Amino acid sequence: MKKVGILALQGSFAEHAKILEQLSQKYIFVRSKQDLENITHLIIPGGESTTLEKLLWEFDMWGHLKNKKLNIFGTCAGAILCQKLGLDIEIERNAYGAQQASFIAELDSKIFKKLQGVFIRAPKFKVQNKKIKILAHYKQAPVLVQQNNFLVASFHPELRKDTRVHAFFLTLNSD
Amino acid sequence: MEKNTFELKSGLAQMLKGGVIMDVMNVEQAKIAENSGAVAVMALERIPSLIREQGGVSRMTDPKLLKEIKKAVSIPVMAKVRIGHFVEAQILEALDIDFIDESEVLTMADEQFHVMKDDFKLPFVCGARNLGEALRRIEEGAAMIRTKGEAGTGNIVEAVRHLRQIQSEVHDLSTRNLSSKAKEYRVSKEIISWVLKNKRLPVVTFVAGGIATPADAAMMMQMGAEGVFVGSGIFASSNPEVRAKAIVQATMNYDKPEILAKVSENLGSAMSGQEINELAVKFAEREAA
Repeated sequence: MKKVGILALQGSFAEHAKILEQLSQKYIFVRSKQDLENITHLIIPGGESTTLEKLLWEFDMWGHLKNKKLNIFGTCAGAILCQKLGLDIEIERNAYGAQQASFIAELDSKIFKKLQGVFIRAPKFKVQNKKIKILAHYKQAPVLVQQNNFLVASFHPELRKDTRVHAFFLTLNSD
Repeated sequence: MEKNTFELKSGLAQMLKGGVIMDVMNVEQAKIAENSGAVAVMALERIPSLIREQGGVSRMTDPKLLKEIKKAVSIPVMAKVRIGHFVEAQILEALDIDFIDESEVLTMADEQFHVMKDDFKLPFVCGARNLGEALRRIEEGAAMIRTKGEAGTGNIVEAVRHLRQIQSEVHDLSTRNLSSKAKEYRVSKEIISWVLKNKRLPVVTFVAGGIATPADAAMMMQMGAEGVFVGSGIFASSNPEVRAKAIVQATMNYDKPEILAKVSENLGSAMSGQEINELAVKFAEREAA
């Protein structure tokens, strides 16, 4: 049975929740180790990755996340955490620069036509592993990628009304 | 491609939600803040308690210090400009920091006008004591609001008053008083209808001004704040490193008293603090006409 959680320590968790509501998908807010026990899918929101990582360690959740092989969707800061949890890509933090370099643009994607990406102090992904699926690019750089149980975006799908990327995440290993 | 739109400005504020933003005066403090889990740092030459103690005109921070701090940390860097001082804001924008606080903690530069924040590429946060003040700032382009509280006092009574005031005024809006409220608050009917419909401010709302302990931070979060600014509370205390961590933990675990009890233990002494009626200057009263 698919059970969805949203990591709700810091960042844009309320925005992710709104999208799941639009998809009529039930969810819980994950704020402790116990909350991780009963879920199959976890969203790690945008926020500050340094902050989120420290909190996961301090709340004793990091080990659980590493061992439990949940399906994880990480956006922006969440993507950085996915890489630390085992996703095989390289990430350059704040790669575009400070806030003035933040932007919104249409992405190149075969599956998600006309998808808009909101990039805020965004990281850049570098993908070498051939087994990783690149689902969207912006100016040749991968911005939405999937490997096994991980789906990561360097932008913030949770800030727009478009629910397609979240809907895709919910189909991952969810029989 | 869109750049510097309101969506991007308020988007950054959305990413800071649930977090603690700490005042820092040098690189070492900025690193302590980052290591403690702060979501952003506010770089300034004197924390509010020192401004109170030393007096004099206080202004935008030296760009050299801002550059050093920007280089030292990967979290967003904020800095303050005086109310209405649009050239200080232009300078901060040229320095490419991440967020500007048009702040009553600094001496006012213009008693008539606030900075027209829509003219800038960077997002602004502004202080407010009540709904009208918050909405005026938002219509000028603020992408984030914080309570004013009374900075540098270590006393949260004003921050509590301001948050309650905003909430009760949001609650009191109705379709019947929409026009009169727009007039009273000197804002558009559109923004009032938005607030009436959504029962909240249109931008992320933090608290600031007097937060000194983990319990203070947690109380504000339980009351509905979306995050916390801690000014003097950390670096005017006896053990900033431990206190900074404890306040971050408390902000995330605001509704778990067992954890609050644990993180409140053995923090050393908090900043000494002041009664509001004994203050020589009330920062919160600073608003351009």
